[in-house]
Amino acid sequence: MFSESDFIAIWLTLRLASTVTLILLLIGTPIAWWLARTKSWLKGPVGALVALPLILPPTVLGFYLLISMGPNGFIGQFTSWLGLGTLPFSYWGLVVGSVFYSLPFVVQPIHNAFEAIGDRPLEQAATLRLSPWRAFFFVAIPMSKPGLVAASILGFAHTVGEFGVVLMIGGNIPGQTRVVSVQIYDYVESLEYTQAHWLSAAMVLFSFCVLLVVYTSLSRDESGAKT
Amino acid sequence: MTENSVISGSKSADKTCLSESEQVLISLNFVHKKARGFFLDVDLALPLSGVTAIYGASGSGKTTLLRCIAGLEKSASGFLSVGGQCWQSESLFVPTHQRDIGFVFQESSLLAHLTARQNLLLAHKYTKQKLAESHLQEVIELMGIQEQLNSMPAQLSGGERQRVAIARALILQPKLLLMDEPLASLDGERKLELFPYLERLQSESQIPILYVTHSDDEVARLADFLVVLNRGKVAAQGPLNEVITQLDLSSELGSNRGVVLHCEVVEVDEKWSLVNVSFKNGTLWVKAENDKIGDKVRVRVLATDVSIALSDHKDSSILNRLQATVSEILKDGDAIALLKLQVGEGVLLARLANRSVEELKLQVGSSVWAQIKSVAVAR
Repeated sequence: MFSESDFIAIWLTLRLASTVTLILLLIGTPIAWWLARTKSWLKGPVGALVALPLILPPTVLGFYLLISMGPNGFIGQFTSWLGLGTLPFSYWGLVVGSVFYSLPFVVQPIHNAFEAIGDRPLEQAATLRLSPWRAFFFVAIPMSKPGLVAASILGFAHTVGEFGVVLMIGGNIPGQTRVVSVQIYDYVESLEYTQAHWLSAAMVLFSFCVLLVVYTSLSRDESGAKT
Repeated sequence: MTENSVISGSKSADKTCLSESEQVLISLNFVHKKARGFFLDVDLALPLSGVTAIYGASGSGKTTLLRCIAGLEKSASGFLSVGGQCWQSESLFVPTHQRDIGFVFQESSLLAHLTARQNLLLAHKYTKQKLAESHLQEVIELMGIQEQLNSMPAQLSGGERQRVAIARALILQPKLLLMDEPLASLDGERKLELFPYLERLQSESQIPILYVTHSDDEVARLADFLVVLNRGKVAAQGPLNEVITQLDLSSELGSNRGVVLHCEVVEVDEKWSLVNVSFKNGTLWVKAENDKIGDKVRVRVLATDVSIALSDHKDSSILNRLQATVSEILKDGDAIALLKLQVGEGVLLARLANRSVEELKLQVGSSVWAQIKSVAVAR
């Protein structure tokens, strides 16, 4: 069924997606909070910037990332200065690329959840002597749990399904950058359709299950809120 | 006009934050421009005791004023000192979570992701003056929410939610309790259900309350001090009856105004189901409702229920007749006049036809009998 290189690709993909999801929750939550609360004129530009990967071809994003992570790019110079070398064609290069690519899928559900809370619970928290930080952690975060769960699942799944950016900045190095989608591409290139079928079917099944979980949990939250 | 003496232009003119005379006062002035042309411009000196009702039509700025005091309107500029402690001035803005207040919101008053008990415990957790466990229990009993503690807010009725919200505010043991129309989101029956708890709160807690409302019923039942707002400005402020008997406030107070007398039950007539209640300058018969001798009741006498006779009509069906002196007359339009009557040291209002005033030759100083058609205990 799956070859050893398939398992390596699957393991790499899951590792990549988990790392990226974790990083995105840490970066995306503050961004979403700022977008939901700010009255600054920067809200529009920042929101558009975050959403950009939704409509940009992955090759465009990958191209710019490749350049900026290269030895002459600003990310590349920064990582070299840190003594980490440059990122293209490495696992961490994929992580950085995926963080950019999946950012809107994490920020938007959290942003919506924060906006849905409204001002009132936070005002209540303030009158209960909770500092803004405590209000964030003990009121805003728990009240946004469904949004945070949806964001994690979508971020994870979207990273798993990534292809264009990976190919642009990661290439095709087994165990380092050859994720499942690239593996399927390789099979098709070399006309190994049976193997391609197995992996593709696995991806279809995985994606369906993820979406099933997201949609059933979302609809349960809605019916729960009505009682 | 009497109005000028009541609008406090100068009471809080002293803007130093630690003035001795303000120890028992809430002193504030706010100027707050909001969207859609709304403008709040108030200057108040309120007692830091009892219940102060902030009364006005919707859009008069009462909720905004309360939110300014709580520090929830961050763009309002002004000055606020509570019991000698400065919370806001030109150079200072104490954030809401550091103001020693409790706040009961009109609706969505509880945190929806926590049970009633967790809502209470959250209040308990971060306040500086921790309430002893036994007091916590007392507050829960005062609001009668023992049974509701494990429910989520969505499972509670509107009245139960408000009781939990009030309990949560009491647990903070605030210096000042702010209540924003706590009954407005409830229907008639739920309102009646919550009133006894509010009255208990008023009589048993030592916490000063600012109570925003547009209901003259609630004012009559709960308030000791009254602030009348009209389009973002203070129309009047003072002890309840002093404001209610200001004749020139007819547009703000409406035709349904009446003085509130603090009475004590002195006699119970079980046969006719009446109780005799005494106030400073007389007694009145009112409908009995499980009242016992010695009970304190608030009795509301509406201006529309008072008529005037020049002599004591013993052959009248009206039970309550009090000798009075006319102290002020204000023609309210072509047909109606408002009269202020002095009954000993107390005051009543009467709403009469101008024609009757003319025919009875009533003027300031006339000695008359006030006939009170009906007297309602405010309950």
